[in-house]
Amino acid sequence: MASASGNSIPKRSLGGWALIAVPYFWLFLFFLAPFFIVFKISLSQVAIAIPPYFPTFDLGLGLDNLIEDLKEFSVENYLFLTEDDLYWKSYLSSVMIAGISTFITLLVGYPIAYGMARTPKKWRPTLLMLVILPFWTSFLIRVYAWIGILKNEGLLNQLLLALGVIDEPLVILNTNIAVYIGIVYSYLPFLVLPLYASLEKLDETLLEAAEDLGCPPWLAFWKITLPLSIPGMIAGCFLVFIPAVGEFVIPDLLGGSDTLMIGKTLWVEFFNNRDWPVSSAVAVILLLILVIPIVLFQNQQQKMSERDG
Amino acid sequence: MRSGPTWFNVTSLVLGFSFLYLPIVLLVVFSFNESRLVTVWGGFSTKWYAELLHNQQLLDAFWVTLRVAFMSATLATVFGTMAALVLVRSGRFVGRSLFSGMVFAPLVMPEVILGLSLLLLFVAMDQTRGFWTVMLAHTTFAMCYVAVVVQSRLVGFDKSIEEAAEDLGCPPARTFFQITLPIIFPGVIAGWMLAFTLSLDDLVIASFTTGPGATTLPMKIYSQVRLGVTPEINAVCTILVGFVTIGVIAASLVTKRQQAQRERDERAAFGAH
Repeated sequence: MASASGNSIPKRSLGGWALIAVPYFWLFLFFLAPFFIVFKISLSQVAIAIPPYFPTFDLGLGLDNLIEDLKEFSVENYLFLTEDDLYWKSYLSSVMIAGISTFITLLVGYPIAYGMARTPKKWRPTLLMLVILPFWTSFLIRVYAWIGILKNEGLLNQLLLALGVIDEPLVILNTNIAVYIGIVYSYLPFLVLPLYASLEKLDETLLEAAEDLGCPPWLAFWKITLPLSIPGMIAGCFLVFIPAVGEFVIPDLLGGSDTLMIGKTLWVEFFNNRDWPVSSAVAVILLLILVIPIVLFQNQQQKMSERDG
Repeated sequence: MRSGPTWFNVTSLVLGFSFLYLPIVLLVVFSFNESRLVTVWGGFSTKWYAELLHNQQLLDAFWVTLRVAFMSATLATVFGTMAALVLVRSGRFVGRSLFSGMVFAPLVMPEVILGLSLLLLFVAMDQTRGFWTVMLAHTTFAMCYVAVVVQSRLVGFDKSIEEAAEDLGCPPARTFFQITLPIIFPGVIAGWMLAFTLSLDDLVIASFTTGPGATTLPMKIYSQVRLGVTPEINAVCTILVGFVTIGVIAASLVTKRQQAQRERDERAAFGAH
């Protein structure tokens, strides 16, 4: 462990360099380098061997071997992805499901964040804690809890039947509706937290001024609060949308056999069909789809931190 | 409508928090159900908890998960704290934007991609998969969460204290351990706990990177959940939820007390002048 020196001092001690080098090297080896391997294997062919792809691209076997290996690479897996409509349908439906869920999360999360930002100051830390706490409990458990509620003889149907709202059980589990509920439920804290942060910073004198000038509360909300909370809304929506596109657990446990999501397709391709090259190609395309929102998200975060700083 | 909670605000908060908590509460309640039918109440019973104690596979998986979580959280806290220091204090260096990209990208990256890429790395390295590969994989994605938590703590504190120590000839390493670390300690603890629960919770990355003999508890739960809802699973989940809830509340009490202690110390220090 080294010191935290050297912000303004260009000369860096040995410890200062080590401080940068250790996490840099770790992330490079375990986060960045694996992507190149994924890309490489997406160009290989499936083989009945261990590991189940060919060529294995071993740098240790010399240059001649490397050139031989390079000749074997092909974009066949990517062509395969365009030919079989399962894949592009999965991509499309993942983006659609994630988009719809993000929108519902925003509708559910906004009143919560707004209500939190308007409660007396002494209550806010407790409410904040209550929003964060479910995030600490297991994702898998929270998704599992919904199975018991949504299934045909589940608690929701029992309640609705007892109240006489419905005559026969609603089929919710194993449909896309269950997937929406699962995503909204699991990712709600991700949206509420940044939204609450931007609503809490809102200058209340603006609202007072509007009221003094005779502006009705709903119009003040529409003209002042809503526009000023846009950065928080954008940050929250990205935090829900990006991971939701590649979600596996929710569509697998709550969705039906016709719920297509790319995370599930990749999982099946890898674990059930044992086709490593094709699942790598699926991962590369998924990454390319997500690069745009990820870069937009980072730019927006940078802008926000610059403005705050 | 500004001052004080309105009818609308109270309703939205009550509905919102019911939505967040009701499923977990129901899960806990039905883990004490006498009946095997998980959605029909058949009286209070703790028999499912007693049965867990005889399920050796489940206990083994729990032990593996605890060890992985403890080791990966500790490593992730060390690396994540270093990464946070680099982001906040190291100024400009070559490849800085790549570094911050590598810290933030795993936070939003789909788990299937992280899992697959790490697995392919371990295969390329000819590494036998099992306990250690899961541990390394969890360290990698958890350190990014630790970095974000510690970073927010570092941004908020007065750098002049560190500078004063260095001007007085305190070596950098000592400045870190005597001044910086105690101040950011609540953030470091929160980071460790977050890393621990993330590891305890993870299904996807562990499924990709594990090998024979290192089945984690989420993998075990997942394979049973696919067969249907059972009261045993409800009981396991209740224990995990209880575990995490107690941990989080204890940590928040400890940090609150530390904060109060430091404020008292500061007042005492200034009062002495």
